[in-house]
Amino acid sequence: MMELVSLQDMAQTAVLGSSLGDNRPTYIYKVVLLGSTSVGKSSLAYRYVKNDFKESLPTVGCSFFTQTVQLETATIKLEIWDTAGQEKYHSVCHLYYRGAHAALLVYDLTNKETLNRAKQWLTELEKEFLPDEIVIALVGNKTDLADEREVAAEEGEEFARNRSLLFMETSAKSNHQVNDIFMAIGKVWDGSRIPHPLAKLVMLSALCSLSAQELLRREGEKAPVPSRGGGQRLDLGTRRGRMGCCRI
Amino acid sequence: MAADVHKKKGWEVPNGSLAPGNGQHAERSESPTPGLAQGTEPGKGQSAGQEGAMFVHTRSYEDLTSPEDGGAVVRSPEERRGEPAEPTSMEQISKDFSELSTQLTGMALDLEEEMRQSQEGKLEPSPQATRHDSVLSGKEEEDVTMDTWRMHRKHVFVLSEAGKPVYSRYGSEEALSSTMGVMMALVSFLEAEKNAIRSIHADGYKVVFVRKSPLVLVAVARTRQSEQEIAHELLYIYYQILSLLTWTQLNHIFQQKQNYDLRRLLAGSERITDNLLDLMAHDPSFLMGAVRCLPLAASVRDAVSTSLQQAKAKSLVFSILLSGNQLVSLVRKKDQFLHPIDLHLLFNLISSSSSFREGEAWTPICLPKFNSSGFFHAHISYLEQEMDLCLLLVSTDREDFFTVSDCKRRFQERLRRRGVHHALQEALRTPFYSVAQVGIPDLRHFIYKSKSSGLFTSPEIEAPYVREEEKERLLGLYQYLHSRAHNSSRPLKNIYFTGPRENLLAWVTSAFELYICYSPLGTKAGAISAVNKLMKWIRKEEDRLFILTPQTY
Repeated sequence: MMELVSLQDMAQTAVLGSSLGDNRPTYIYKVVLLGSTSVGKSSLAYRYVKNDFKESLPTVGCSFFTQTVQLETATIKLEIWDTAGQEKYHSVCHLYYRGAHAALLVYDLTNKETLNRAKQWLTELEKEFLPDEIVIALVGNKTDLADEREVAAEEGEEFARNRSLLFMETSAKSNHQVNDIFMAIGKVWDGSRIPHPLAKLVMLSALCSLSAQELLRREGEKAPVPSRGGGQRLDLGTRRGRMGCCRI
Repeated sequence: MAADVHKKKGWEVPNGSLAPGNGQHAERSESPTPGLAQGTEPGKGQSAGQEGAMFVHTRSYEDLTSPEDGGAVVRSPEERRGEPAEPTSMEQISKDFSELSTQLTGMALDLEEEMRQSQEGKLEPSPQATRHDSVLSGKEEEDVTMDTWRMHRKHVFVLSEAGKPVYSRYGSEEALSSTMGVMMALVSFLEAEKNAIRSIHADGYKVVFVRKSPLVLVAVARTRQSEQEIAHELLYIYYQILSLLTWTQLNHIFQQKQNYDLRRLLAGSERITDNLLDLMAHDPSFLMGAVRCLPLAASVRDAVSTSLQQAKAKSLVFSILLSGNQLVSLVRKKDQFLHPIDLHLLFNLISSSSSFREGEAWTPICLPKFNSSGFFHAHISYLEQEMDLCLLLVSTDREDFFTVSDCKRRFQERLRRRGVHHALQEALRTPFYSVAQVGIPDLRHFIYKSKSSGLFTSPEIEAPYVREEEKERLLGLYQYLHSRAHNSSRPLKNIYFTGPRENLLAWVTSAFELYICYSPLGTKAGAISAVNKLMKWIRKEEDRLFILTPQTY
């Protein structure tokens, strides 16, 4: 399946968006942001998706964003689930991280307690996922508040190294490394995991079964039940569906 | 009587196998006397039966006049279930939404696990996180020893039965723990005597207690509101807390751990409660127990409603389109009714958070008047960045995010195809109408509520009520008339009130309630002819001011 993929002129096809010429597969990656309340999860998501910053109020439940990323060998559609950090939503959070391909554990580097909370999230994720099922990144946010720093960069970094997590310090406010961290999680999938596409695709389509069904349905109500390998081309289907939306 | 026959039809169960539940009888007894004002009452739906109604019929004070208001008696869930005032029968709901209860079991288990952990000290809350949160919510923590704190016109406190602070409108809860201790002591002292404290009146203040086990709600007010109305507001606060936690979870928590600090679970939601209290001080919706519609040409509203109706999904129970705190359209599942209190809570949730402006929100929410034991999942999003038009899709299935999200897309597409987008935008530019449109020179303001539809209409508050205090004073006058009209021991049908700065008239029938405010120089005869003119005007405009044909999926 991957042979179809590799040597296309990706820049061209991406712009034209032609469903015939673009042979790069489209993957849907579910990314979930977890962490204490007011560490900046929503701000990170907002910065990444809208490239803007504004003070926001606590998230209610969960906010959902999508963003499409063009990588050399694939198009990745990120589904970003920005969860609420408040404790009352804790018990529904598993709803949001279930089936995730990547998790950003966000802490506020001016508040040590939030790092501990991020570590608790890690423990929870480790219970739910096998190690190669999910990419986990530890993110220390608010580098713009350097004066109030309570957590040294080394501390976060060392913890991340010991537990094989990606690590980055960011600032949603001053737009520091926000794009980078999302790209980094995308690349882990693109690079290290794609050499075994078949196995991965089976897993992907199983994990995405909900969205896969949904997307296929969008393409046309008559679409058959998605086959196991169907995950690869889902987004192309959507694109066709969108272009033809007026005749539905 | 034709209307009566029509009404009966609505109660018939199509397959004939199910006997109507208790709740249905309760609903019926609450509907206005058929025939009495039918056809003369503007703002009423075209079909006379409950089927055509938007909401469960309601009286503003049903919560207070129902036997539930015993106060001191701690009631078990079984007892509560049997309440005649409960608008929708619990049996019916549990049948229709059995999924909800299964979800809830999961929820409760989660919580149990969490509480077990918290007892082991693993998840103890960080005081810092709480502080951060309250800073973020913009709530200035006042010094409770200062005079400015004492000067607030209305304080609201929520505490647990162990006397632990849960919420305070002003000042930090910690600083008030001894005050709340005293409040709990007062409550317990009278309960020990098999009695219940309801209010204390002294020195221009009213201290009102509402006991809703496992919580106690207390207001200290020097407003013109009656004790009943203050208690009504406290009930709203109680429902607000339920909408975040569910009644079942709230009880479960305190059964497990009597001295649980509920602020942990409510952290980050204080602003929702604050906002509700602010809204109640300004918006007559809460007083009326009804919902205001965005004035909209009937053809446009029909197109919007049809688009909403067509963008349905199996798990959807309610599709609501709103702008500001006004309803644009509501489509509901057949046989399921949304209580105005639940809708008010949804309006409040949306108006108290800016986070819905971005992306699509998916959040568990309990509609306490519908079913206080389970969560729905609500999909909340704004249709366009710069447009104050929020779509709320309430689903029974928490796994259905993508299906529901697709409903939104389909709705927008249909809206575009019907070409009403522009008209809708135009209507949003003037969300309120001016009282001058009615053409009665002395008329300053009015509120007209159609009881059967649960909707009301009211023009913009204009001069001389420009300043905030003036607006509140006007609402205070309405509150006063309302409380006199609905006094449980001596209700009044007509009230003529002559004040130094304005005259008011209230007229309450079984079909509608009308409150008008007009110039202090006007005469009583003038007021009565104004009422007649106004009723004619509302009748003429009713298809713009009300939703006459509520849709179901």
